[in-house]
Amino acid sequence: MGEVAMELDAKIPSGPIQDKWDKARFDMKLVNPANKRRHTLIVVGSGLAGASAAATLGELGYHVKCFCFQDSPRRAHSIAAQGGINAAKNYQNDGDSIYRLFYDTVKGGDFRAREANVYRLAQISVEIIDQCVAQGVPFAREYGGTLTNRSFGGAQVSRTFYARGQTGQQLLLGAYQALERQVHAGTVEMYPRTEMLDLIVIGGKARGIVTRNLVTGEINTYLGDAVILGTGGYGNVFFLSTNAKGSNATACWRAHKRGALFANPCFTQIHPTCIPVSGDYQSKLTLMSESLRNDGRIWVPLKKGDKRPAGQIHEAERDYYLERRYPSFGNLVPRDVASRNAKYVCDEGRGVGETGLGVYLDFADAIRRLGRKAIEERYGNLFDMYQRITDEDPYNVPMRIYPAIHYTMGGLWVDYNLMSTIPGLFVIGEANFSDHGANRLGASALMQGLSDGYFIVPYTVGSYLATSKPGQIDASDPEIRNAVACVEQTIQKLLSINGRRTVDSFHRQLGKIVWDYCGMSRTAEGLETAIDQIRALREEYWQNVKVAGSADDLNQSLEKANRVADFFELAELMCIDARERNESCGGHFREEYQTEEGEAQRDDENYSYAAAWAYRGYGNYPELFKEPLDFEYVLPSQRSYK
Amino acid sequence: MATTVIGTREIRPVRFWDSTNGQKAVMAVSGVILLLFVFFHMLGNLQIFEGPEQLNYYGAALRRFPEALWAVRAILLIAVVLHIWSSVKLAVRKTSARPAGYARRKNVNSSYASRTMYWSGPILLAFIIFHLLHLTTGTVHPGGRFIEGDVYHNMVSGFQVWYVSAWYIFSMILLGLHLRHGAWSLFQSLGMNHPRHTPILKKAAMVFAIVVVAGYISIPVSILAGWVK
Amino acid sequence: MRVTLKVWRQRSRTAPGKFVDYPVENVNPDMSMLECLDVLNEELVERGEEPVAFEHDCREGICGSCGFMINGVAHGPQRATTVCQLTMRHFKDGETLTLEPWRARAFPLIKDLVVDRRSFDRIIASGGYVSVSTGSAPDGNAILVPKETADRAMDAAACIGCGACVAACPNASAALFTGAKIAHLGILPQGKPEQDRRAIRMVAQMNAEGFGGCTNIGECTGVCPKEIPLEVIAAMNHDYLRGSWRARDNVVTTIRPFTEWSTGSKLKTDLSSD
Ligand SMILES: Cc1cc2nc3c(=O)[nH]c(=O)nc-3n(C[C@H](O)[C@H](O)[C@H](O)COP(=O)(O)OP(=O)(O)OC[C@H]3O[C@@H](n4cnc5c(N)ncnc54)[C@H](O)[C@@H]3O)c2cc1C
Ligand code: HEM
Ligand code: HEM
Ligand code: SF4
Ligand code: F3S
Ligand code: FES
Repeated sequence: MGEVAMELDAKIPSGPIQDKWDKARFDMKLVNPANKRRHTLIVVGSGLAGASAAATLGELGYHVKCFCFQDSPRRAHSIAAQGGINAAKNYQNDGDSIYRLFYDTVKGGDFRAREANVYRLAQISVEIIDQCVAQGVPFAREYGGTLTNRSFGGAQVSRTFYARGQTGQQLLLGAYQALERQVHAGTVEMYPRTEMLDLIVIGGKARGIVTRNLVTGEINTYLGDAVILGTGGYGNVFFLSTNAKGSNATACWRAHKRGALFANPCFTQIHPTCIPVSGDYQSKLTLMSESLRNDGRIWVPLKKGDKRPAGQIHEAERDYYLERRYPSFGNLVPRDVASRNAKYVCDEGRGVGETGLGVYLDFADAIRRLGRKAIEERYGNLFDMYQRITDEDPYNVPMRIYPAIHYTMGGLWVDYNLMSTIPGLFVIGEANFSDHGANRLGASALMQGLSDGYFIVPYTVGSYLATSKPGQIDASDPEIRNAVACVEQTIQKLLSINGRRTVDSFHRQLGKIVWDYCGMSRTAEGLETAIDQIRALREEYWQNVKVAGSADDLNQSLEKANRVADFFELAELMCIDARERNESCGGHFREEYQTEEGEAQRDDENYSYAAAWAYRGYGNYPELFKEPLDFEYVLPSQRSYK
Repeated sequence: MATTVIGTREIRPVRFWDSTNGQKAVMAVSGVILLLFVFFHMLGNLQIFEGPEQLNYYGAALRRFPEALWAVRAILLIAVVLHIWSSVKLAVRKTSARPAGYARRKNVNSSYASRTMYWSGPILLAFIIFHLLHLTTGTVHPGGRFIEGDVYHNMVSGFQVWYVSAWYIFSMILLGLHLRHGAWSLFQSLGMNHPRHTPILKKAAMVFAIVVVAGYISIPVSILAGWVK
Repeated sequence: MRVTLKVWRQRSRTAPGKFVDYPVENVNPDMSMLECLDVLNEELVERGEEPVAFEHDCREGICGSCGFMINGVAHGPQRATTVCQLTMRHFKDGETLTLEPWRARAFPLIKDLVVDRRSFDRIIASGGYVSVSTGSAPDGNAILVPKETADRAMDAAACIGCGACVAACPNASAALFTGAKIAHLGILPQGKPEQDRRAIRMVAQMNAEGFGGCTNIGECTGVCPKEIPLEVIAAMNHDYLRGSWRARDNVVTTIRPFTEWSTGSKLKTDLSSD
């Protein structure tokens, strides 16, 4: 395994926070335009982050190779984002500013993010909107022709730009079209249906990847001067999540095994308003936009196990628990708080629906107050989607919702230049341990993915190439053979076990463990149990998994098997990280550490750091490195929504 | 070079005539000409109800300026040729575009007329050929002598033969189908793309088709029925 | 409930294919069509048979990965719904469902219900964009766009690239897909400068791919999960005709369509980077 930089240098530029990014860009070395074509760059991922990076690097004249496992780059998981994208444009003149977006993001992240990165993100947010509009992204408009905004995720200002309920789709198509333009220009080679299965590290630098052609099964290697991972989040560790079925951690995890540190793996985000699980055949969870909480009232029956239909439960017998516990914010408390409280009432046995894992989101009052028409205009498409899936009419019976895993703040550790601890390996988008600290605000992930891809990595990669001058490598380097061998062994092993249980049955069980012990709330002993169970299950996996088919054609169960193998190891690291962090912050809630009102209790004395873990071999305890976080501008305070 | 990247580029001039959209435009323009002819031709023929003098006068009038007549004929001929050419081009593409067909296929959103253009068309062609031999040259004229210039007599004698009338009526119905789709489709093919117009055009095309069919059919019917002798 | 899935099984483009009947017991009406296939595949794997290959990712009707014919209708009986969002309650107990892949020359089959739709990417690559490089954009509000215009552009932009339009079209034409992009960008001021050029190039590629010609039949909109309106095809014709009339550039580059997937490496591991 690759060796690790012993102390973590975040390479944060000096100077006042407003000037850091300018200074950094000025200090960067530039690549002579004539030489750019000679540099091959490998971009893994075609989501918002990957596609925007590949397109921009292509425009700059580099020779780019871009990879994705779907049949087209346009299908990356980013396509599913609904709500919108934040930007500090202050078009609404409601007092927004770069500094306020910066402030909100640091505070929303519960003071576990790096100030300098977050400030840069807020600065760049403005350019992103301009770029996307110029590409022809059909953002919502006022009658006057100007861009319109909505307020999102409980923010006090309207800074969210959106395109109906398909913002992610439109932004991704914009990036995808820019990418295809470069493909046509010949600067980018696009490799769809090609999955990265290992990272090639030569002389301590990232120099290439090993891939499996998902149609022919061919194992290939692609070499270059730098590797950029934009491979998304790992929410699918939980099996049931709002992520696309294909979303996986394999690229990041195999890079981690080659020496890249993995930061804050236990920081996962649970979204409060998803459609509850309806049966054990269920394959994924569907998100209902957060905006529903603006008009819906959340409640459960007062009595345990009250199975009467909602209509027959009278006002007096209902418990509007969010309004009761948080008079000032009511149903609009942040995601982590709303989710946790839903869990509590269900644990008390007051949950609704057959499974008892659900709470009501009731629009009766809103319809009475505003009329059905108004509600239709605001949420029509969401209500239709709900009805299509559940066959219930939310206009007449209250919606049933339950929290679901939605986003992962953790990821590969990167410095200010988005470079991991392996020189030449850059990580962008949800894949890196992002700028969102312990909790992400709504509409900030799209912003971060595009800022990384369009505006940050194109500069920092150039600077890396100019300074480190990666030389030629010979194709027969033992490191290459070694990486290829690892990949082929894993595949052969998976196919040869031929046990009795399917990959999915293992994945479901793993997901349940992680959800129960490392989900909405965690305890030290719970995490211990989880770690033991995960280890045991992984042992069984390698004895008893059954993968049908062969290695040399399209084999979807083999693809899954590869990904689940990595989920096991990542799940264990998540639990280790969660147990190590003896505090509650953002999405990470340790029951031992809460205020008397049952709110998250941070411990800034001892845990104001990013926890970056180094892989120390299969089954060995990983090594923890700490990047201290100090806050000069936004002083840590206790979040309160009472 | 890996082949999963998009292939090598080839430079070639796009010839309007080779493109599906170009062919559709040709079909539309030629279609319009045919369509106009069919309409006015119908009006002309309806003069049969005004009595022999009127119709024969009209027939004679057409012949008074042979140049004009031949000009019109030339245009019609070109239109039919182009129309057929483009439809054949599209038909060939259609067959090659789906080498293996479906085991099961159900239509959910299209008119019978739109799906049968490739049938109604050729049958119409067959009709036209017969029709020219029947009433223009008189080469094929069952039931009574064909008298050059006596259009009225030719029509009446012609349509008194039931199977000739039947064939005309059948063809007219196909013509109606063809126009029901064609008369709307041509606007789409020529790029009229205002959302509000489409439904109106579809209705208009339907009305037009019905009028034309009714107008034409009225002739053989009333002759068979003996109203026109 | 129980259903019988009559599924097209074909190992590869060259191998012969056939329908195989699979009875599926205890189907839950709330399942999606794809979850029903999941259940079948779990059984198949346990029996040591190869699971049915089908494309899917988001399972929310937005990524455009999924799609096949159900009883002869692309994406199945429910309008404006992809197979991943189509629940089994739309079928009768005991019903037999025929599942067939999209069939078109430009969509060569890969395996079972999975086809190769790279032809769509090549159509976009040949002009489906606004040529604006990163950094060169004016302020977002510098160009005003009437709400009505933005909404119409959005209607066309909603296309998810699933290919159902081609699958359902009696001519196997890609007019709705291509028209949707041409309309989306052509309607917006940002896309106007390239309007003619875009239409000419995208149509040239669409033809090069071997799709059929559109004769305005209209099946495509009927099965389109995003109900892309037929007008986008008229818009494409409009831009194309005007473009050809003005004949801006009558020499375009098209991308040679190809259906190969193999990276051509003799040994299973190819060490060369290019
Ligand atoms: C339902 C839903 C709604 C959301 N709504 C919002 C919202 O309203 N606002 C917001 O800001 N955020 C939202 N998010 C979060 C946001 O969508 C994601 O965080 C963001 O899109 C991630 O983009 P990405 O480019 O980093 O990764 P992705 O979009 O996930 O792309 C990953 C890419 O990597 C490729 N890849 C992965 N592994 C491999 C491999 N091993 N080999 C080759 N290629 C690989 C994939 O093919 C894909 O192209 C939402 C998320 C979900 C699930
Ligand atoms: C002679 C053989 C004929 C054939 C094979 C034929 C076939 C077709 C076909 C395939 C179309 C395409 C439909 C479409 O693209 O929307 C079409 C359109 C049309 N046809 Fe014909 N047709 C024939 C004769 C006629 C005649 C005699 C008329 C006039 C009476 C006519 C009028 C039209 C019109 C108006 C259209 C619409 C053009 C368009 O949609 O672009 N056709 N025809
Ligand atoms: C009941 C229906 C019709 C009747 C009674 C009819 C009658 C006639 C008559 C009498 C003539 C000869 C005119 C003359 O020589 O002076 C004629 C010519 C012709 N008809 Fe028709 N017609 C009918 C339908 C049609 C249709 C549907 C078409 C085309 C689709 C058509 C196309 C023609 C053409 C092309 C000519 C030749 C005109 C010329 O001399 O150049 N007819 N028709
Ligand atoms: S137009 Fe409709 S059917 Fe065709 S690809 Fe787009 S979404 Fe799918
Ligand atoms: S069905 Fe086919 S013919 Fe045209 S209108 Fe739709 S593409
Ligand atoms: S799986 Fe994404 S659209 Fe169906």
